Amino acid sequence: MQYVLDNLDLVLKAFWVTIQLLVLSALASLALGTLLGAMRVGPVAVLRRFAALYVTIVRNTPLLVVFIFIFNAALDVRWLTQVPFLVKGVIALSIYTAAFVCEAVRSGINSVPVGQAEASRAIGMTFAGSMRHVVLPQSFRAVVPPLASVFIALAKNTSVAAVFGLTEATGRMRGFTNDQADDRTAIFVAFALGYIVIVEVISAGAFGLERRWKVAR
Amino acid sequence: MSSVLYDHPGPRTRARHRLYSLAAALILLLLAAGLLWRMWEYDQLAYEEWEPFLTPAYIEALLVDGLWRTVQMALLSVSFAVVFGLVFGVGKLSNHAWISWPSWLVVEFFRAVPVLLLMVFIFFLVGVGGGIGSYWSVVFALTLYNGSVLAEVFRAGINAVPTGQAEAAYAIGMRKTQVMTLVLLPQAVKIMLPAIISQMVVALKDTSLGVYILAPGLTRVGEQIEDEFGNTVQTAVVLALLYIVTNLVLTWLATLAQRRLVGERKPIDVDALASAQVMGPTGRHGEQG
Repeated sequence: MQYVLDNLDLVLKAFWVTIQLLVLSALASLALGTLLGAMRVGPVAVLRRFAALYVTIVRNTPLLVVFIFIFNAALDVRWLTQVPFLVKGVIALSIYTAAFVCEAVRSGINSVPVGQAEASRAIGMTFAGSMRHVVLPQSFRAVVPPLASVFIALAKNTSVAAVFGLTEATGRMRGFTNDQADDRTAIFVAFALGYIVIVEVISAGAFGLERRWKVAR
Repeated sequence: MSSVLYDHPGPRTRARHRLYSLAAALILLLLAAGLLWRMWEYDQLAYEEWEPFLTPAYIEALLVDGLWRTVQMALLSVSFAVVFGLVFGVGKLSNHAWISWPSWLVVEFFRAVPVLLLMVFIFFLVGVGGGIGSYWSVVFALTLYNGSVLAEVFRAGINAVPTGQAEAAYAIGMRKTQVMTLVLLPQAVKIMLPAIISQMVVALKDTSLGVYILAPGLTRVGEQIEDEFGNTVQTAVVLALLYIVTNLVLTWLATLAQRRLVGERKPIDVDALASAQVMGPTGRHGEQG
């Protein structure tokens, strides 16, 4: 444990990179995933198929292979040559996570019973009105728990950036373990606790939102 | 298609949607053409770049040393994970606090920690030097992670068996162990099988992380080919295709198992269970999740 405490500044710096990756990728994947989700449930057939294809391809590709595309393959066609590693990591994580966000959004919208929209149309609401007052408020609530799972997975997935030379928490942990093999268990537990704190914060946040937005059904 | 969002479109709306479809198709085609043009511009479509993937020796390396070992690792880790999940999943349902709380702690811990961190730790703990090596380090790391996810699947599966089944078993005088092994588990396994196969997809994708500790597998073979020929783009495309096809076959198997064994019932949502959420151990008839 002493080794971790002696190098606490390095540990905190590494977790700061992890948190940056997490927050930036969460925002970007939320935007991209919501767009894909809208395509997936929308009336335009081509976009619906495209979103479905995107989800199938990305969900079945290992995150590491997505990273290979962004960090290595893109360079061969002179793309992303001047982009810092952190941004590349965010791009790769966002492309991957967007597929899962899309599915969460879709399941959220599908969880609203058809009768709700039918009833709102029956009392003469317009499309925009029924979306704004009836469908979306309910799907926002339904989407919180699956979205929380997606972002918890994202928090753990930021570790893949270590393979591509970003010194975030997992990369730092490997370096520490290499330098100070005798302390490996303490080092592992310390970094594991860091991740557990991040995961618990997300899950507590989702729990809070869920309670706050809860409505009697 | 009928949806909660809008009415069945009439003829004019349908015509408008066709127009949108056409425009969208055009834009997507342009994007794809742009990508191909970019690849052509930098000689990425040249035959020499793709040649290794048409050469029997390299195809064999990819499929035998790569894909087969990857599938092996995934199969091994999921088989071990089923045992791990069974022990801790049933452990979480135990009525004895000294069994249920440690089981809860183990499951929550391994679900919240990134599998790569686990892999590195196991590798440096028992893998390096004369240890078990990187192959088994990957297998054991994946076992711990997928096992704790499966523990949740097992718990949910056992809870999904109608309460009347356990009550009836108790009523005819069965003991707790008998109720679990003779009545609950056999029915739960049927519900859980598709979720277990789906977990194979997760394990298969995660085996690729083994490159960080120099473990064998598809991604590692890909990296070696890439080092030799410098054809990064092509290797990435081939790797992605191989993973996608393998995973689609597994997903297809899971759907088949779902249809034959579970029927119309809702499958267990593995994605939701894979995330660690704070919850205490619950009794057998307690609330789910």
